[in-house]
Amino acid sequence: MRVPVSWLQDFVDIKLPIEEMARLLTVSGLEVDEIHYVGWEMPKENKYGFKINGLSWDKEKIVVAEIREVGAHPNADRLTLCDLYDGKQQHTVLTGAPNLYPFKGQGKLAKPLKVAYAKEGSTLYDGHADGLVLATLKRTKIRGIESYSMVCSEKELGISLEHEGVIILDDDAPVGMALADYIGDVVLEINILPNNARNANILGIAREVAALTGQPLKKPVYELKESGEPIKGKVSIEIRDPQLNPRFTVGLIRDVEIKESPYWAQRRLRLAGMRPISNIVDATNYTMIEIGEPLHAFDFDILQQRAGCKPIKIITRAAGQGEKLVTLDNNERTLSPTNVLVCDEKGALSMAGVMGGLESEIHDNTKAGPESSRTQSTTNILLEGAAWNFINIRRTANSHNLHSEAAYRFSRGVHPGLTVEGIRRCLYWMQAWSGGKVAPGLVDEYPLPAIDPLVEITEQDIKRSLGINIPANEVAELLERLEFKCTVRGKTILVQTPPFRTDIGEGLVGVADIMEEVSRLYGLDRIPETRMADPLPPQSGNLSLEREERVRDILVELGLQEVITYRMSSPENESRLLPKSAPGPELDYVRLANPIAPEKRVMRRSLLASVLNVIEHNARLAETLAMFEVGPVFLPQAADLPLEPRHLAIALSGRCYGQTWDTKLTQKLDFFDLKGVIEGLMAALHLAVSYEPADHPTFHPGKCAAVVLGNKTLGYFGELHPQVQANYDFNAPVIAADFDLEIMFAGMKDAFDVKPVGEFPPVLEDIAVIVDESVPAERVEALIRQTGGKLLASVKLFDVFRSEQIGVGKKSLAYALVYQSLEGTLTDKEATQIRGRIIQRLDREIGAKLRSQA
Amino acid sequence: MLEKLDEIEKKALELLAMVEDEASLEAWRIANIGRSSAVMNVFSQMGGLSKEERPLVGQKANQVKTALEKAFAERVETIKTAALAKSLANEKLDITLPGRPVRRGGLHPATIVLRRMLGILAEMGFQVYTSRDVETDEMNFQALNFPPHHPAREMQDSLYIDAGERGDNPVLLRTHTSPGQIRAMREFSAENPENPPSIRIALPGMCYRYEQITARSEVQFYQIEGLAVGENITYGDLKGTLADFARRMFGLNAKVRFRASYFPFTEPSAEMDVECFVCGGKGCPVCKNSGWLEILGSGMVHPVVLQNGGYDPRRFTGFAFGMGPQRQTMLLHRMNDIRYFWGNDVRFLNQF
Repeated sequence: MRVPVSWLQDFVDIKLPIEEMARLLTVSGLEVDEIHYVGWEMPKENKYGFKINGLSWDKEKIVVAEIREVGAHPNADRLTLCDLYDGKQQHTVLTGAPNLYPFKGQGKLAKPLKVAYAKEGSTLYDGHADGLVLATLKRTKIRGIESYSMVCSEKELGISLEHEGVIILDDDAPVGMALADYIGDVVLEINILPNNARNANILGIAREVAALTGQPLKKPVYELKESGEPIKGKVSIEIRDPQLNPRFTVGLIRDVEIKESPYWAQRRLRLAGMRPISNIVDATNYTMIEIGEPLHAFDFDILQQRAGCKPIKIITRAAGQGEKLVTLDNNERTLSPTNVLVCDEKGALSMAGVMGGLESEIHDNTKAGPESSRTQSTTNILLEGAAWNFINIRRTANSHNLHSEAAYRFSRGVHPGLTVEGIRRCLYWMQAWSGGKVAPGLVDEYPLPAIDPLVEITEQDIKRSLGINIPANEVAELLERLEFKCTVRGKTILVQTPPFRTDIGEGLVGVADIMEEVSRLYGLDRIPETRMADPLPPQSGNLSLEREERVRDILVELGLQEVITYRMSSPENESRLLPKSAPGPELDYVRLANPIAPEKRVMRRSLLASVLNVIEHNARLAETLAMFEVGPVFLPQAADLPLEPRHLAIALSGRCYGQTWDTKLTQKLDFFDLKGVIEGLMAALHLAVSYEPADHPTFHPGKCAAVVLGNKTLGYFGELHPQVQANYDFNAPVIAADFDLEIMFAGMKDAFDVKPVGEFPPVLEDIAVIVDESVPAERVEALIRQTGGKLLASVKLFDVFRSEQIGVGKKSLAYALVYQSLEGTLTDKEATQIRGRIIQRLDREIGAKLRSQA
Repeated sequence: MLEKLDEIEKKALELLAMVEDEASLEAWRIANIGRSSAVMNVFSQMGGLSKEERPLVGQKANQVKTALEKAFAERVETIKTAALAKSLANEKLDITLPGRPVRRGGLHPATIVLRRMLGILAEMGFQVYTSRDVETDEMNFQALNFPPHHPAREMQDSLYIDAGERGDNPVLLRTHTSPGQIRAMREFSAENPENPPSIRIALPGMCYRYEQITARSEVQFYQIEGLAVGENITYGDLKGTLADFARRMFGLNAKVRFRASYFPFTEPSAEMDVECFVCGGKGCPVCKNSGWLEILGSGMVHPVVLQNGGYDPRRFTGFAFGMGPQRQTMLLHRMNDIRYFWGNDVRFLNQF
């Protein structure tokens, strides 16, 4: 909301510097986003760090002046030479303003034109530049005539971007006065939070300023002169559903002359962000901005025509399904029962609270309009002020994408108590700006009166919530600044909500709502910082998260980089995990109803697909890629929220060793690099897993393993299937893994036993055995371990060798064995015995021969 | 004979002084103190000397031998030292050559900051409570005092899940970690509905909003919330706890301020700003010249939320706060593009 401070001053005296007031508003919940100067002097220093911009008008150089005569330029048709008086001196000023042409050649004007006059050396915005570019007014010659000053447009002064003509000030503008003193201003851009909708108007902000600065609030005082026949009997109102429309009020003004609003009102509307249209529309907007009640003006004559000879009957109701209305933006809208309509007996007139209909819109009878048969030069206006259910307005505004200022306010809740004051204030401005005659009385239908809660709050409530003691009288005094009516009874305050607020609840909620007001006005900064005195709650930790973090730490220790990816994906992206020739069954996904993009329209089922995307992105950015992610995947369930099991995906690609100056090792990461990582992870987690050859569509059939714990498969890893590799733009073979962490963690034990390291010297020995190619190395090692038993401290495979000499279809496996006893020094004889048993067992079970014997 | 010994010694020492390398040293040793050297020959010729001469010559010969051996040992040391110095001089590395690359692992920067915050909160007694990403409208909004169609919902545009007709309780991606507040309160209060335990938890997690992905907005982001519920929790405690947190996070001299704000699930609500740690409050591009950085939102838990969690608002009070860890990473490291986080470009990740 844009708040011109000159307007604010109608209702409250501002004795603080603007920035100090903005700071008070900001800390009390009305955040000032920007301070925009339009004429007034900008502060020398930005003490509170607000975003401050705009233009100050030099009081000596930019003044109110009057144009006494508009003459032609001798060498240019489109320019005029104005005879101007600035209060001290006469000047001849050259302009190109089209709105001065009509006065050209009229000789001395009967009524001089009041204008904003800038002298040589003034700093202004360049009216011809795109956007706002500062320029200093210099003496120059235009088409042979010397020019050193100018008559300003709104753009040149920074009031708006309007540069079609120069500003014509109101007739009572005092010639010679500094323009900054006459119409200078500063605009606060205030971020209105949803609970502050009541303050989306000048009076509301003024009330806050008054409360925060201890100044009295000066509510509008005015007198509405009524004349002619009363409205009573001319119009009746039927509200079909008071839940949708708790109140509907109308007033009538006759013989309105439609014209421009006075300049001061136009300027305020522009600064508040609204475009001036005509005095009647402007009066409704002005009143809405001023006191917060959105209003709608109907052409009374058209309503009468539609009603024939009978009195007008206004009906409010939900729209029928498919009902149509042409709104004033000339769009035919198809409606639904969510939309609420204002109708007469012939049909819909407007979309309640959102936008008027075209037909009953105000017509300027002085111009030839669609009703050209009508000859009268004035218009009669029926003015509506109503209260609507904010939910319907919200849904209507959203579904028709109509976000007017009225809809903005109604969709956040406007108190029904405001209709009468809104209409009277607006009729006052209409009368002042159009010379119309206000019909006596209003027609007011109010079937569902608002309940303004009475909240009981005690000193103890405040102590309990805010932690401080504020005496009841002081609490009452704070609240009364915001027009709550308070009755103090001992330590209890009875707080009556004023009839313009919809944000105060009843009972405990009301207490919290009032507490918020008390804390804001008392000042959050005055509440001392304390440490919790409450005892610590029972400790339960988060074992599941600790394990997840442990996995991250281990993988980082093993040299992998963690990545975090979008949890949204697309089925196409995930299908890249399968060879094109074997696409697999269609998967059921958790689907987004309103995705931001097609590639983010489902929740991922595969974490590996996400990590492979990262490898693809980085394929040419690094020689070695070793990455992992820990995170959930999303598996839909028919009757429940989806499962969100956490997975671990790892991918390696590129060179084993980064390029360096002294070695030419260019070996690429392969299956066994990843297996090493996985073995490292499993060892650190104390999971005794086995690795089994596996068939998984993502992986190369000969280079894929399942990681098995007991009877559970924790996951798979391997080199990507060549056809899967081909689905991506990788730079080197990719080896990848995908684990279900929920299964892995379920198999984890928290405790493990440390084995004694032994104090007696070990016996070291190597043996090499020749076995058939088909015998997995793991089987050989398992047999060695089983046979060696407790005395075999370690087994390490250090060589795999194949040659014609040892035979086709055979391989030699060489193991380094360490024998060690915890009880004493092993003798060579004992070691030889164990060795003998191992060799016999290998021979018996898998036909292994010692290489030295082969 | 004695003169001869003097001559032997003198000559041998002269020769020794000329020896420069280990090979010549060995030759000198053999020639001058070896078995057939001149001084050793004197010992073998002792038999031909008179009784009187013998002890004198013997003593002298021993002296010469010892002196030569000592001189030899010293010379050996000198030559070895010189040789070492020479070889060291030849072994000089160009230490400016780059080291051999080691594959260095690393945590994602979002994990780093998340852990740091959870660590500080843990020391303050806030235990971690995690909950799901896909939520119901009831948990994400209604139980948190956002009724259907409430204007405050516009502050959090949601991504909905296609889950069939569910009326006013659609399925959506959580827009904040606050549904975890309801889940935690319900879980704890169910243990002992008459006398539920007090609560002090931190709720980290991924949240989602309907936002286009730009340098300044993301569809997916981390959030951390804190929740304290008990019989004596006050707004003063909220201020004290969050100011303590800020001092741990941003330095012990960090200054904070609280600005009244609005969240449907807390009342009173406030934003906490920290004095800009880049410029010390003087105004700079990081704080957009305001001197303050918006760090977190907070407030006293709304009575409706306590009620919905199974905690009697007449007996319990509480405070809650929420913040974006990524934003703090961006402030600390002057990052200006939030897309870097989920972009996972190695050139970004390697900087942490």
